[in-house]
Amino acid sequence: MAKRALRADERDNVAVVLEDVERGEWVEVDGFGRLTAAESIPFSHKISLASIRKGQPVTRYGECIGVASKDIREGEWVHTHNLEVPGHLLGS
Amino acid sequence: MRGFHGFRRPDGRVGVRNWVAVLPTVACANGVAEAITREVPGTVPLLHGHGCGRGMPDVGIHFRTLVGILKNPNVAAAVVVGLGCEVIKAEALAEQVRACGKPVAWLEIQGEGGSRKSTERGIALARDFVESAKRLQREEVPLSELVLGLECGGSDAFSGVTANPAVGLLSDYVVENGGTVILTEATEMIGTAHILAKRACSQEVACRVEEVIRRAERNVKDLLGPLASMVIAPGNMDGGMSSIVEKSLGCIKKGGSTPIVEVVEYGQPPSRRGLVIMEGPGYDGESMAGLAASGCQAVVFTTGRGNPIGFPTVPVIKVASNPRMYRQMEDDMDVNAGAVLEGAKLEEVAEELKRVLHQTLDGRPTRAEENRQGGILCLYSTVPSF
Repeated sequence: MAKRALRADERDNVAVVLEDVERGEWVEVDGFGRLTAAESIPFSHKISLASIRKGQPVTRYGECIGVASKDIREGEWVHTHNLEVPGHLLGS
Repeated sequence: MRGFHGFRRPDGRVGVRNWVAVLPTVACANGVAEAITREVPGTVPLLHGHGCGRGMPDVGIHFRTLVGILKNPNVAAAVVVGLGCEVIKAEALAEQVRACGKPVAWLEIQGEGGSRKSTERGIALARDFVESAKRLQREEVPLSELVLGLECGGSDAFSGVTANPAVGLLSDYVVENGGTVILTEATEMIGTAHILAKRACSQEVACRVEEVIRRAERNVKDLLGPLASMVIAPGNMDGGMSSIVEKSLGCIKKGGSTPIVEVVEYGQPPSRRGLVIMEGPGYDGESMAGLAASGCQAVVFTTGRGNPIGFPTVPVIKVASNPRMYRQMEDDMDVNAGAVLEGAKLEEVAEELKRVLHQTLDGRPTRAEENRQGGILCLYSTVPSF
């Protein structure tokens, strides 16, 4: 059975998994569809819903929460190891 | 529309608790303040580590915050216990509080001749105040008398899709019924100035919103430099939060969707009803002290990692963002917004929040009150002590 993930806004390219997900497991994202987890993702962490090139925005709640600090593939775990916050988001 | 049952104070404000507070003006008076409250049921000690060894502007911030906490309508009367040689003086503090018509007494340990004599006198004063407070009756008042504080602590990546938007619906309910809601934690608004400024009721308020958020941004940059974007706690990151902006976007959902009518300083009471932003830190204890000083009779506190903290004089309603933590820490949680992840609708959680809010205002203890999680006062400071 597929694990569930929650997308906060339809513009988002990440969703939050509702339980621990193992590599290769199906993940069902409400309002988006199914994808395969490319790696293990812990409960309450984010899964990428699309390929995000280095420097491209990571979007949650329909807003930019940071940019990819390296290329991210669909189904990968998105966190501080591959997301950074450019200065302009902090008002500079 | 339902109102709530509270204690009308001489200044017209309405409390939902009826505490006789015993406040030390300085850390050195904590022991006496605590000894007094041990002997007198109905009193609460407001222990803290401040009151001396600081210059401006912190003396001013601490003074007005302590005054505000005693003026809060949940406090029926207060005994102020000074040492005698400290910067924040018991008499001056008591005079400020007395201006709102509330019964206040003060004493100083050095003037009374030591701890035991001060404790005995404090006990006598506190007993008289408790006797008077017991005679006060709750009366029904409209929801427009409510000032509700919003807080989040130990957030996780679910906070912004479960607990915070459910609290947002509660905020809309309070404001639509004429009440006031205070959204604070300016550090957790970083990266959202463009969103919040658009929600201001006037250009002037929009400028104030931007000013407060820009200042928070500058402060974290000055303090943390290149790590500024990571100004979130380790637990937030373990909970799946990857940046301060992600945390902020979830945090501001607590404020709901009504216009921002005013921006106030830390611990300053609002002058308008509606959704208000208070400048202040993201550190929960300091933030809630500011909310209490600004007159909040209750606080709604969302948490993902599980934070049990309350406030000595203000009921704090704990809202869990995910079902896993709710089940693990059920004794500390009042509402399970994590039910949204298991199929419940946000509106259903909001209804539960309204029910719990009304019960709390009418006197039912929150989990934090049952667990005596009032803790000590933490006051926002801008410079080190000397």
